[in-house]
Amino acid sequence: MSRRGYGSLAAGRFSRFMLVLGFLFLYLPIISLIIFSFNYSRLVTVWDSANSPSLRWYQELLNNEALLGAAWLSVQVAALTATLAVVLGTLAAFALLRAGPLRSRALLSAMIGAPLVMPEIITGLSLLLLFVTLEQWLGWPAGRGMLTIVIAHATLAMAYVAVVVQSRLASFDRSLEEAALDLGATPTTVFWRITLPLMWPALLSGWLLAFTLSWDDVVIAQFVAGPNASTLPMWVFSKLRLGVSPEINALATLVILFVALVLGCGTWLSRRRERQVQRPVST
Amino acid sequence: MSLSECVKIESLSKHFAETVAVSDVSLSVGRGEIFCLLGGSGCGKTTLLRMLAGFERPTAGRILIDGMDMADVPPNRRPVNLMFQSYALFPHMSVFQNVAFGLEQERVSRTEIDRRVREMLDAVKLEGLAGRKPQQLSGGQRQRVALARALVKRPKLLLLDEPLGALDKKLREHTQFELVALQRQLGITFVVVTHDQQEAMSLATRIGVMNQGRIVQVGTPDEIYESPATRFVADFIGSVNIFEGHIGNSGEGGLIAHCGALQIPLPSRVAMPDGTRLALALRPEKIRLQRQSDTGAQVGQRGTVEEVGYLGESSHYRVRLDDGTPLRVDVVNHRRDASQRIQRAERVTLTWSADDLIVLTD
Repeated sequence: MSRRGYGSLAAGRFSRFMLVLGFLFLYLPIISLIIFSFNYSRLVTVWDSANSPSLRWYQELLNNEALLGAAWLSVQVAALTATLAVVLGTLAAFALLRAGPLRSRALLSAMIGAPLVMPEIITGLSLLLLFVTLEQWLGWPAGRGMLTIVIAHATLAMAYVAVVVQSRLASFDRSLEEAALDLGATPTTVFWRITLPLMWPALLSGWLLAFTLSWDDVVIAQFVAGPNASTLPMWVFSKLRLGVSPEINALATLVILFVALVLGCGTWLSRRRERQVQRPVST
Repeated sequence: MSLSECVKIESLSKHFAETVAVSDVSLSVGRGEIFCLLGGSGCGKTTLLRMLAGFERPTAGRILIDGMDMADVPPNRRPVNLMFQSYALFPHMSVFQNVAFGLEQERVSRTEIDRRVREMLDAVKLEGLAGRKPQQLSGGQRQRVALARALVKRPKLLLLDEPLGALDKKLREHTQFELVALQRQLGITFVVVTHDQQEAMSLATRIGVMNQGRIVQVGTPDEIYESPATRFVADFIGSVNIFEGHIGNSGEGGLIAHCGALQIPLPSRVAMPDGTRLALALRPEKIRLQRQSDTGAQVGQRGTVEEVGYLGESSHYRVRLDDGTPLRVDVVNHRRDASQRIQRAERVTLTWSADDLIVLTD
């Protein structure tokens, strides 16, 4: 075997080692969290080998009304946010890319990306001020709760969706739309039968992105939630202030499972879709 | 306007910002014709096609299709269909759905759609592939789906953008015959855009040669090739030898062109005053090439073979005349024996009939 062969073999081993190390760094905390969620002991860091593994904390979790309420609110908020953000973000992407010659396009494009880099504290604070002012002037939104959280989250998530959809739309083959138009379809029909089905993967990944953003946001929600609405991350944060309960481990494990499931489904769906709509390879 | 006219274009222009894509084009295309717009890239042929389809608004001028002004008719209401260069097949629909799409927009009944799509797929020999997705088809099959999709609506006019451009050579030859046969059978007027002169020559009943947004010549393939009106057309279609010179005085019989040291007799029908500047174009295949030893008489031009390009069915010769003028000569290899063929560095005599010269004065 040549020296080069040995060299590349060693390099291969090294990079594989680094890969494993990197993944351990990422996943070791999560794995330990999952393991400790089956611990019987009340002390988070002490493993009770006599009674473990047990599902004690999972059972307590299921009996915790406050927690279940927070989780349900979070799911609702995330789903509503994602849907709203996809509609608004897609409209924004279309407007930016297709609204004819706009001199201010670059500026508008940058402005739609601004929420991505804006500190969440500022977004949260400014939205709170807006809601309070609006309530004083118009009486809407009355108080703060789910509605204000959804509006706040959608504001942020819409920017992400716009970016995702815009990049996909930019590479969209417009001759497909022209062909449909040429075959007698009205612009509306073209949108529903050609543009939308082909944009679907981008919309789906935008939706999932928005859902995830909303699902784990605590900063913005803290500002705009009001006293009666508490999302899951907010509830977890408030619990942590009183000391960590092993319940949190069980909850985190369930959340991880849920996120993994949603992401897995999303990836599978969009993969299948991509394979279906792959652009024909030229021969 | 005559009854047999399908398309009439009246002084049509299109400007994009500062560039002029199409400039004052007037054309008429008869019903049942295959009209080819031929030109290099950026000559405006695609813009002209897109104006016919309705995707671009003319800056000036009118388009009449079957006598109807198309100015305010959007693409989806025109009796025109376009076959895209990229085919633009809908990737998320099957072959059947692609072809049926146009009929669905007309609110044709389901059974009628079914019948007409099947009929069309039969016509383009795709019966067995109705359920396939476009990406599961070969290039030639995709081309036929695109054709079927455009034809199934029975448009008055079919526009084809480089219809054979994406096919390989063997398939092209086959497909162009099929295309012409299908066109005859359906009687639909075709307007074809292409940069490929062979495609244009073999498909078209008439060709419009475009350059810099203008139509420079309209004629049958034969007229365009054998009697080009300008030097651009002569040069663009096929290869050509050009001699530049002027008419010189000569008593005996016809006129003589003086091109450098060459004295070239002109066709007898040419009548021009002495001293007129002109260019003579001569197609490479119109020249007879003979070994000098084989010709006794002192006719024709003498030269030396500089380069031979052997192409199988024919050979391209690059000959330098004794006065230094380079000439291209194409010879059909009708003998197998290589020793029968003229080789590099041989002394040769070139002859041609004066009638084969194209006299250009532009």
